[in-house]
This record gives sequence, structure tokens and C-alpha cells, in this order.
Amino acid sequence: MATTVLGHETHAAAAPSEKTGLWSWLTTVDHKRIGILYGTSAFIFFLIGGLEALIIRAQLFTPNNNLVSPDFYNQLFTMHGTTMIFLGVMPLSAMFFNYMIPLQIGARDVAFPRLNAFSYWVFLAGGLLMNAGFLVNAAPNQGWFGYANLTSRQYSPGLNVDFWLFGLQVLGVASLAAAVNFFVTIINLRAPGMKLMRMPMFVWMSFITQVLLLLAFPVITVALIFLMFDRFFGTHFYIPSGGGDPILWQHLFWIFGHPEVYILVLPAFGIISEVLPVFSRKPLFGYAAMVFSGAFIAFVGFGVWSHHMFATGMGPIADTFFALATMLIAIPTGVKIFNWIGTVWGGSIQYRTPMYFALAFIGMFIIGGLSGVMHAVAPHDLQQTDTYFVVAHFHYVLFGGSIFALTAGAYYWWPKMFGRVLDEGLGKLHFWLMFIGFNLTFFPMHFVGLYGMPRRVYTYHAGLGFDIWNQMETVGAFIIMLAFLVFLYNMVKTHRGAGTKTPADPWNGATLEWSISSPPPEWNFDTTPQVHSRDALWEFKREHGGMLPEPTHGTGAGIHMPNPSYWPLVTAFGLLLLNLGIMFSPKTGPWGIVVGTSVLFFGFFQWVFEKGYSEFTTPAHGAHH
Amino acid sequence: MSAEAHAIETSTGIDSRKVAIWTFIGSECLFFASLIATYVTYRGKSLVGPFPHEPWTDPATGKVLEPIFEIPLVTLGTALLLFSSLFIVLALYGAQRGNRKMLLGWLAATIACGLFFVGMQVYEFTHFVHKGLTLQRNLFGASFFTLTGFHGTHVTLGVIWLITMFILAVRGQLPPKRSLNLEIAALYWHFVDVVWIVIFPVVYLMK
Amino acid sequence: MDSHAKPHEHEHGHPTPGVYAKIGFVLFVLTALEVALYEITYGSSAGVMGDLSSVFVPMLLALSAAKFALVAMFYMHLKQDPRLLSGLFVFPLIIAAVVVVSLAILMAYHMAFAKSG
Repeated sequence: MATTVLGHETHAAAAPSEKTGLWSWLTTVDHKRIGILYGTSAFIFFLIGGLEALIIRAQLFTPNNNLVSPDFYNQLFTMHGTTMIFLGVMPLSAMFFNYMIPLQIGARDVAFPRLNAFSYWVFLAGGLLMNAGFLVNAAPNQGWFGYANLTSRQYSPGLNVDFWLFGLQVLGVASLAAAVNFFVTIINLRAPGMKLMRMPMFVWMSFITQVLLLLAFPVITVALIFLMFDRFFGTHFYIPSGGGDPILWQHLFWIFGHPEVYILVLPAFGIISEVLPVFSRKPLFGYAAMVFSGAFIAFVGFGVWSHHMFATGMGPIADTFFALATMLIAIPTGVKIFNWIGTVWGGSIQYRTPMYFALAFIGMFIIGGLSGVMHAVAPHDLQQTDTYFVVAHFHYVLFGGSIFALTAGAYYWWPKMFGRVLDEGLGKLHFWLMFIGFNLTFFPMHFVGLYGMPRRVYTYHAGLGFDIWNQMETVGAFIIMLAFLVFLYNMVKTHRGAGTKTPADPWNGATLEWSISSPPPEWNFDTTPQVHSRDALWEFKREHGGMLPEPTHGTGAGIHMPNPSYWPLVTAFGLLLLNLGIMFSPKTGPWGIVVGTSVLFFGFFQWVFEKGYSEFTTPAHGAHH
Repeated sequence: MSAEAHAIETSTGIDSRKVAIWTFIGSECLFFASLIATYVTYRGKSLVGPFPHEPWTDPATGKVLEPIFEIPLVTLGTALLLFSSLFIVLALYGAQRGNRKMLLGWLAATIACGLFFVGMQVYEFTHFVHKGLTLQRNLFGASFFTLTGFHGTHVTLGVIWLITMFILAVRGQLPPKRSLNLEIAALYWHFVDVVWIVIFPVVYLMK
Repeated sequence: MDSHAKPHEHEHGHPTPGVYAKIGFVLFVLTALEVALYEITYGSSAGVMGDLSSVFVPMLLALSAAKFALVAMFYMHLKQDPRLLSGLFVFPLIIAAVVVVSLAILMAYHMAFAKSG
């Protein structure tokens, strides 16, 4: 099968050379490098979010503590939540979208490589903007959900809310651009024979996630626009004195916010659905049911948002509707849990670190799901809402769920991305410290929440029955920190010195990424794979009597890859300047806006008309759905 | 977007850029839905006038503010935008057949309509401000100017896009094999028209 | 959907400029009807065909839906294009409609009760 890609325009290009140095990273359009950029940045932001959590837990270790001021505490929990969601879980998922989706569908890159780079640089800009508030002691402090009208100019006159507002708008652009890119990539760049119902489950869940991103982010964009107009132009969208209603913010935010939590967890579901089969030596149980339950969760997920608003007095009809819809989602979720168990059942279990995290995921997610169903019961939620019971719930699903799954994915895909398998002994130590620390931190929160400890309080009185639980939680948090230190040490130790290079397929994988070297060459596949079934690689191995030989890659001569470009970076910078310009316009007038818009347009037009540039889509002849 | 990425075989047989613009349009539906939903939510809830269809007497001064909408002007703008959709379809028809005159003529007509529409909106906005309706005045002002303002911004960006295409066409850089570039611009343009097809009755004609 | 993944070509069933112009005329007429409906319900000719206020909104929405469909199916070429593209438009429209209707109902109920505070 031909290795050249572009139609008429192909010329015998020189073999793509190994590029090194800072400039090669600033101008890269290679999905694998962009994935690593996302992962590295996300991991650093994640550690910052973790540090924020540790300070929170230290402050809450004893009653009436004064380690931090109430105002700083507000910044801590706001930034912890915002960071973990938007700068932690989402970009960690994006790391895997970037690295693995093209490999798993047998493509050479995504549909729009420069747009991909743009998404990353905009994400970085948003993350930096969000955190820049710390530099002027004005980090966001209004909670990650920014309820109106606390966020109005009147009640939040400082820059805190502005850093959050503009940071989130910028991040939204990154997410939307990436979502268009991955959506089109999955639709259009699949290898021949890779019908939709033959795609790896990670690709399916990621695909559904992109749909959620595309439909949910515009809503928060509008919500933030209204907030910006209220703060900067004197409108009253959320301000009662002008006839506005703060509840409008809650609705708009949660219409985004609920799909957002599925955006956070569906990629994790996909990773688990990859790891469990490989480490059970058994195909995923109920593939079709897994696809349709994922799609159902996403679709119904647009109809449950007001379960975050049971305490706002919506009335019995609305309460009932949203309670029932929320309970309905438990059904497809349950289907997935049973199918994961069915996958492992009777399999030949390989007790390796990825499997440990994946198995723990099932248990932790069930616990989080159960407390979730309790929240769905509206009258019960009136007791639970705004208490630590909610904090327990979402940490079980987002940490015990998403983070455990992402960690499983990290250990699983580490050899593919970096050429070495992480140390197994350290991996298991990481797991046990994490498992114990996580449960010690978050399980007591169920109790202390039902005993009446509210969320977002910087301290509490002694003798209310909260003390012992908070102490346990703080100890647990520091054990989690130890777990991360072990993880970091594992990364360093694994890559120090010569070490043995890992083969293409260290785990006996089922999917196409394991058919190419670890790490892959820039052009991924020497020849486009022809797919005949699900678990395509297992199928190939069966046809060839067992394991495949170690792949050797040519020089890549004759394969045209898209050139690097710095225009995505320039355009992203323009977008950042524009947002800063609006944000500081009360002080500086329109000049920031003018400069930002100019750089944005300049970068964009240069990008569109980049001389001699050819965008690039992989041929996938004769694929059927 | 003027890259030479034709004759690429994709899983669906559809050019990736065409799938991308439709994906973007789908996303934009939710953007405008949120703005429209807010307008509808706040309809009739303004504490003070001017109002869209009713007069309002200022209790402090006794001054009467007339209903602010002028249907004839907006209807003209609506018609212009609708015709611009027809014109760009004809321009694309010409582009696909290498008919330079048809392409340039109808594309120019489309751009003219777009410019008139934006001009009409600017006039309307200025007129409303003079009559006392500002962003800050009441919920009607806030939701109206935000909704139609963002729509107008989309039209403006569309006009810039079409002018760029026009310049390319003048330079002979829009031959039939590159007509997809115009088709994509046209889809965006039609979408902007379609949003107005919803805004016009919901905002201007409903009470 | 094409079974052979060649770049999509549509030679047959392609509307002519004449067809497009006719559709343009229909769009113009539908717009005129929308305005006329407004005028005879609330405007300068209000009441000339009786009190239409109860059917005004459904009729208006029907007219604009017809315009929407004509532009989408013919000008945006969805009628002749692969169904995937229609799906990419229709699915978000359904979600959008759900959002608009739900938000309007929930907020209307809420503001009615909040007012009494």
C-alpha cells in the first residue's frame, strides 16, 4: 500500500529528520509532541493544585486554625478546583487524545495539525493567566463555579474574578478548537477497514467527549460573556437591582457544568476499557453496550444539570424531573461497571501496575456513583448539598475515577511514549500509597459531611464531631503526596542512565499503537494498516501464529509530514493579548484590545496563507461505517 | 485554508475541512441558543423602558418613551441577508464552473448585502441609544444588544472572510479545484443568515 | 454515504441557478408573510382578521422554520450532501432547542416566585 499521502501534490520529500531544541518544540505540529507538551504542563499544574490541597488540609487539621487567612483560603479552594478540572484532568486527557487517537485509528496525525498546536498554546496561555492572579495576591476566590452575584463588581471589586473569567474564556477556545480537530480526525482519518464499531474503546469514549465539549463549552462562553458585561459594561444580567437574576448564571453554568463532568470521566472510562482487556488477556465484554451506554450517558447528561440546584427552590415538578433523569443515568453507568467486571471475570489476570489502578478504579467509581445516586434523591440532597458529603462524592469519581484511570493510562502507555517501562516495584508502592492515602482522605468526608460540616469553610469549631475526621483526612492527604513523590521518583529512576529500550508491544496489546516502535517514528506507520476486526492487533497476531516480530521502521523517505509552523503560537499569543486587553481596559483604555486583535488577525492570516504549506489527511480507502 | 489538500481519501469521502465547518456550525448553535434563551427569559422583565413594542412613561419625569423597534428597517435588513444567501450560492455555482464573471459579480453582491446589513445594524444601534436604550439601561437593552451584537460580529467576520475570498478570486486564485474554499465560507455565511432567520421573528416580531 | 471514499462529487440532482432564484423568492415571500402576520395581529392592521394572538407564535415559528429548512436543505446543500452533515447540524439543534425551552420555562417559573419576595 502506498506510503505517500497527499494526492497530486506529493513530491519525494527528504526523510523527516529528528528535530531537537526549544524551537522545534515551539513550532511542532506533531501530535505526539503536542501530547507530551499537554502532559508535562498538566502534570505541573496538577502538582500546583495538589499543593493547594495540602495547604487546605493543613489549615483544616485542627479547629480554629489560622495557618492561612479566610481570604487566602478562598483563593486556595477556588484554584484547587479550577486547576484540577481545567488544568489537570482535562489536559491529562488531552495528552492521551493527542498521542493515542491517531495511533489507534492508524493515522499519521490529526486532521488539522496546526490547529492542534494552536489548541495547546492557547491552553497554556489560559492556565498561566488563571494562575497569574497569585502574583498580585488576587487569585480567583469565588469558587470554581463562580456563583453570581458574588462575582459582581459590587461584591468582588478586585481582579480575582477577572483572572478567572478571562482565564476560563481562553481555555474554552483551546477546548473547542481541539474538539473540532479530534472530532474530524476520528470521523475522517480512520485506517481502511476501521469501521466505527471496530474502533478501540478509548477512541469511542474520546469521540463522545469531543461532542460534549462542542455542545457544552459555548454555553459557558455565553455565561462568562454576561458576567464580563456585568463587570465591565454595567449590564445587569445577574444583578437583581437591575432586574437580573443570579439564578440565570447557575442554569447557564450547570448546563455546561454537568456535561463537563462527563467530559472529565468518559476518557477515563475509555482508558479502563483498554487496560482491563489487555491485562485480563480477554476482549472487552459487551463492546456494543459499552459504546451505546457511553453515548446515552452523554446525551442524557444534557438533561440533568439542575440537580446541582435542588436547593434553589425550583419547585416540585422541576425537582422531580431532574431527580429522575439523574437516576436514569445510573443505568448505563451500571451497564459499564458490570461489563468491566465481565471483562475481568475468567480472564488471565496480569497483576501489573496499570491493572492495579484499573481495578481500583472500578471500586472507587462505584463508591462515588453510589453517593451520586444519593444526591439524585432531591430531598436527601437538601441535607447533603454544600456539605463535605458532596466533596466526598466528587473526589471519589474524579480522583478515584478519572485520576486513577489516567494513572493507569500513564503506566500503560508510558513505554509507547517514552521508550521505557516504568519500574514495577515503585509502581506498586505508588499504587498502595495512593489507594490508602486517597481513601483515608476522602472516605471520612462522607461522615463529616452528614454530621453537618459545610464546604468551603476555612475553619470549624471544636467539639462538633468534625475533629477526628479532619485529622484523618489531612494525614491521608499527605500520604497522597508521598504517593506522588514515589511516582516522580519512578519517572526519574526509569529514565536515568542507559536502561533497556522497551519493545513495541510490552503488554501484548490489542490495538494498533502497539504495532509500531516505542516511541513511534514521526510518521507513525510505514504503511497504513488494513483493519479487519475489533482488537485489530490481537487479530493480526492470531493470523501470524502469536506475537508479531519487532517492527523495523524505514527512514520515512517518501512520506510527507506537515511542516512545523510558528503561526499557531503567534495567533495564540494574540488571543492572550486580546483577553488581557479587555481585562485591563478600565485602566489602560482600548489599546490592549487593539494590539491583541491586530496580533490575532495577523497571526491568523499568516497561518491561513502560509507559503508552501500543505495540510495533510491520511488516505483511508474504502472504509465503511 | 487555501492549502492544496484535494483528492485526499477520507473515511467518509467528505473533505475534512467541510466536516470541520459543519462541526463548528453545530457548536455555534449552542452559542446562539444560550443568547436567544436569555433574551426570551428576560422578555418583559425590564424594570424601566424603553420597551420593544410598548411605550413607557417615566414615573419620575412623566416623559413617554415610544416603542423602540422599527420593523420596516429590520425587515429590509432581513431581506438583504436572505438575498445575500442566494447571491453566494450563485457565486459558488460560478466558482465551481470556472465562470469568473459569475463568481466575481455575485460575490460582490453578497459582500454588498453584508455591508448593508452591518450598516443597518450600526444605524439601528445608534438610533436606539439616542432614544435612551443602552446596554446598561435595562434587561431588554442588555440582552438585545448582546444577542444582535454578537450576531452582527459574526456577520462582520463573515464579510471580512468573503472580501478575502473576493481578492483571491480577482487574482485568479479561486479556480474550480479550489472552490471548496468558497463553499466553506458560504456555509458559514448561510449559518449566519439562518441564525438571523430565528432572531428576526423571536426578537422583533414576538412580544 | 458514499461507499467509495472518493472526494464527494455530485453531478446529478444539482439545482440550477433558476431553482436557487425561485427559492430566494419564496424566502422573500415567507418573510413578507411573517411581517404581515405581525401587522395583522399586533401592528397597524391589528384585528383585521380577528384576534390572532393565540395562533401568532405557532404560525410565526412555522414560517421561520420553513425559511430555516429551505436555506439549510438547498442553499447549504444538505439535501444532496451525505447525511452525516445533516446529522452534524440537526443534533446540536435539538440540544439547542431543549436548552432554550428548558431555560425559558425554569426561569419563568423562578422569576414568578422570586417576584413575590
